[in-house]
Amino acid sequence: MRDRGIILTGLALFLGLVTFPAWYNLARGATSRGPDIKLPATEKQCVAPTAYMRASHMDLLVDWREQVVREGNRTYRAPDGKVYTVSLTGTCMLKCHTVKEDFCDRCHNYAAVRSPYCWDCHVDPKLVKPLAHGSAAASEPRPSGSGSSTLAGPLAYARGSVSASEPRPSGSGSSTLAGPLAYARGSVSASEPRPSGSGSSTLAGPLAYARGSVSASEPRPSGSGSRSAP
Amino acid sequence: MTITRQAFFRMTGLAALAQAGRRLMAAVAPRRWAMVVDAQKCLRDQGCTRCIQACHRAHNVPTLPRPNHQVAWIWKERYERAFPSQRNEYTAETFKDKPVLVLCNHCDNPPCVRVCPTRATWKREDGLVMMDWHRCIGCRYCVAACPYGSRSFNWVDPRPHLPELTADFPTRSKGVVEKCTFCEARLAQGRPPACVEACPDKALVFGNLADPDSEVRKLLRARYTIRRKPELGTQPQIFYIV
Repeated sequence: MRDRGIILTGLALFLGLVTFPAWYNLARGATSRGPDIKLPATEKQCVAPTAYMRASHMDLLVDWREQVVREGNRTYRAPDGKVYTVSLTGTCMLKCHTVKEDFCDRCHNYAAVRSPYCWDCHVDPKLVKPLAHGSAAASEPRPSGSGSSTLAGPLAYARGSVSASEPRPSGSGSSTLAGPLAYARGSVSASEPRPSGSGSSTLAGPLAYARGSVSASEPRPSGSGSRSAP
Repeated sequence: MTITRQAFFRMTGLAALAQAGRRLMAAVAPRRWAMVVDAQKCLRDQGCTRCIQACHRAHNVPTLPRPNHQVAWIWKERYERAFPSQRNEYTAETFKDKPVLVLCNHCDNPPCVRVCPTRATWKREDGLVMMDWHRCIGCRYCVAACPYGSRSFNWVDPRPHLPELTADFPTRSKGVVEKCTFCEARLAQGRPPACVEACPDKALVFGNLADPDSEVRKLLRARYTIRRKPELGTQPQIFYIV
């Protein structure tokens, strides 16, 4: 064993190199820190309890997507009874999480989740130049008769349709179906002292179930159905 | 962990009620969106593109450098191309080689819907031919099926070609088909489509065909209108006063 020194040094070096990332992160204090997200200043409560949003916001967003695009249902009643307009950019981003990098991206980066393809199409408000947009709208030579034509439009519309199509944000009654659903969801995530791993999967069960029953029931755009329902 | 029996029955009951209510409303107050384009009015100012600009700005439709990549929801087409069956040697001077405004016809019998393998495009109960870009796989069957060329395929990523983005509306991504949706998001808010609102001459009239007192029905009663390629049986719902 004449080479004991060399072998041991080599081993020590090897082990040190291999475990370097762990040491490095420990030394930096990065391992014990959660993602450093910036919470919105204006709102205290998200559309669902934090625990649920943390584990299943993607399910909620997919659910919202189906509701808006396929069913035409644009309002959502939160577990706390508040009614929101369903819109990723309009509600989630513009109302609360105004800076995507400070919220979405920080958590996704922390969890090493690739930035989801939502943003291939949906607009990060940061990309909208408010000045350019505003001035464009202002500088556009408004047609002279535009006032009357905009008036005629909705009028014709109202006459044509009994204005059936708008489940307005204020009309909380219109989303009766979203209500119990949201409750079911809310109570699930609330009643479940969620252990890290299994939480999301236990949540997925009733959710998928709830979602299934929604798509079976099809609360239709127009609010026509849901309005006469209650 | 599980849904309570009560919650389940409540949800099922509400769902059934909502379905019944929807059917009832559809029977009591049916809706069928349609548009009348006054091509004569439209010809007064042939350089006017206000409706096109308004639409394309509202929906983040890009202007692409290569013409064969072009994406359009509403555009102007030569009369002879828009109405090939109307073409003859003696086409009236008023329309010969003149631009006509064209857009998705929101057909009653839409061939694009029949061929879509993923149901990314479908006809809503109010007659609107809707698109779900989340579900589009870019097979372009619909592009081939549409006899009006109303559908555009995104050959390139549209984002770099949008000088300004509108936050209200998403863009599309490369590999997705898009077309006019009759501004269904605006309809849901009770507003008329962007093109209709932008037209200074009120050459575009939008409304409910199912309502005999609606403005479109009044126009259709009062004026003679034609439709694009009616011989194909697609029952287009854009009517042209010529």
